[in-house]
Amino acid sequence: MTTKEQDIRWVEAPKLTLLDRLYLPAIAQGISTTVKHLFGPKLTETYPEVRPNLPSNYRGVHRLNRDEKGRVKCVACYMCATACPAHCIDIVAAPAPEEWQKDGREKYPETFVIDELRCIYCGMCEEACPVDAIELTTLFDLTGLSREQMVFDKEKLLSVYDTTVASGTDPVRSSMSSLGPAAELPKS
Amino acid sequence: MPEFVLLTTVVFITLVMSVILGVVAYLILLERKISAWMQDRLGPNRIGLPLVPFSQSLGLGHAIVDGLKMLLKEDIIPKHVDKWFYIIAPSVSAATALLAFAVVPFGPSVAPPQPVPIWVDANAAGNETLIENAVATFQSQQSDYRSKTNFVIAPGLDIGFLFTFAITSLAAYGIVLGGWSSDNKYSLLGALRSSAQLISYEIPLGTAILAVVICVGSLNLERIVDYQINHGWLISVLPLGFILFLTSVFAECNRLPFDLPDAEQELVGGYHTEYSSLKFGLFFLGEYIHMITTSFMLAILFFGGWYFPGIQQLDGITYFIAGFAVLFFKVFCFILLYMLVRWTLPRFRFDQLMGLAWQVLIPLGVINIIGVMIVQEFFSGNQLILLILSLLLILTTTGLVSVNHTLQSRATISRKLYLNRLRDLR
Repeated sequence: MTTKEQDIRWVEAPKLTLLDRLYLPAIAQGISTTVKHLFGPKLTETYPEVRPNLPSNYRGVHRLNRDEKGRVKCVACYMCATACPAHCIDIVAAPAPEEWQKDGREKYPETFVIDELRCIYCGMCEEACPVDAIELTTLFDLTGLSREQMVFDKEKLLSVYDTTVASGTDPVRSSMSSLGPAAELPKS
Repeated sequence: MPEFVLLTTVVFITLVMSVILGVVAYLILLERKISAWMQDRLGPNRIGLPLVPFSQSLGLGHAIVDGLKMLLKEDIIPKHVDKWFYIIAPSVSAATALLAFAVVPFGPSVAPPQPVPIWVDANAAGNETLIENAVATFQSQQSDYRSKTNFVIAPGLDIGFLFTFAITSLAAYGIVLGGWSSDNKYSLLGALRSSAQLISYEIPLGTAILAVVICVGSLNLERIVDYQINHGWLISVLPLGFILFLTSVFAECNRLPFDLPDAEQELVGGYHTEYSSLKFGLFFLGEYIHMITTSFMLAILFFGGWYFPGIQQLDGITYFIAGFAVLFFKVFCFILLYMLVRWTLPRFRFDQLMGLAWQVLIPLGVINIIGVMIVQEFFSGNQLILLILSLLLILTTTGLVSVNHTLQSRATISRKLYLNRLRDLR
């Protein structure tokens, strides 16, 4: 296949006037642009001093939500662990204590461990959870001195809930106050 | 001749050296800050100085920390380098840059008196008295000159600018030695580019200075300032010379539109790729001192040096302070211009760089000299004619020697060739 002559569109450099060829006006114009930026508003966020104002649907560290009585909301259904593409959630389920059974709770997680180093922060666990017990918060700067420290257990995840609630940075589902259909316990 | 006093010379040298070294540290900080501000960033703001307000947001401590970093880093000498030249290169670079400052009047200066002309008629009587009178006036002028303070390390040097010119071009040796001894292709390429660039741009630089020298009639920098006190700043007479000088000085300093010797994107680090620690620091220092010296040159040659209308009515200490302030303000403006241009203009390609020197700047410089010579000879140095001539030359010659013209015709040729090939295929 050969290119037809009429299909070719020739683009030529624009003809420069004498003023353009002097280059000096163009340089002055360029300098005026840089000077404008010199005094213009700055975009830098001075991070450790000024915390970024992240949107509430940001996918940071997980938290385990508590119900109104302060108990872990999770029902140990393994949906999140199944949905997790990185296989970083490890749950051991157990029958709920006697008192909890009165409120209709049958199972609860005896241990709930998330390997934060393995996690890819995709938010699939959050989507899979039928009771909106697991959520991703806006905390992003988690650090640790060892790999073991970065494996978060149930207490740690609940403490993330406590700190985020205290600082008023609820993730999007909780802050919208319209949780999933199964999030509220059935009225009996 | 000015009297040589060891004490004042030593004091001046230590003063100038320490001020320059301190200023360079803060110039590097200023460069970082300004480049940040131009890119809508805040720039270095981690380290401040104790007890100085706003010093952290201005990052004033960074200058000191940067210097310490250069001192304390591990000094690596690679095994494959030519050790002797490798070590000597950065010191050549920094030393020549510092040496060039010797004849620069960095404060109020006084022009050395000219020789007293006498016309002796061999047959007439009274020659003795004529000569005696002349000697007496000369001596009184000399003692008057000596009684005044001159802020120059080597005052009254008649070759003045030639000295600076010669020494600054020696800086190329530092770069070439460093690039060659490093035994690294990037270093060598940077050094070769640098030598070619410096040789090319010294010609328009020289021609621009020659125009000034023809106007003033002296190479001595104090006299050039003195001429501008009496006749007005030379920028108003030689705008073309100023533009030529400015452009070639950018190339001499390896600053951005012409920073091919150390183009990071092409040559890793350029001629200082293999250097680390204080040796790299010395190259850096040399580059910045070069920038300061050339800014002084621009201020002195074209903007009247320390002179500002009305400054001579002041007396005593205020006169000196005002002189320093005016000169340093002018120099600071040029340094700022260096930094502004750095973030405004993209780098030239190497053939464009050479094209600019040989096809535009050198013809312009030569025509400029001829024009200035004609005006000096036939119009007794009329300033208005000089100015008009200079402006006309800028316009006409750029029209004639336009680089873009050749580029455009090349595009048309390639179009014709392509169409012919298409027809042949069919």
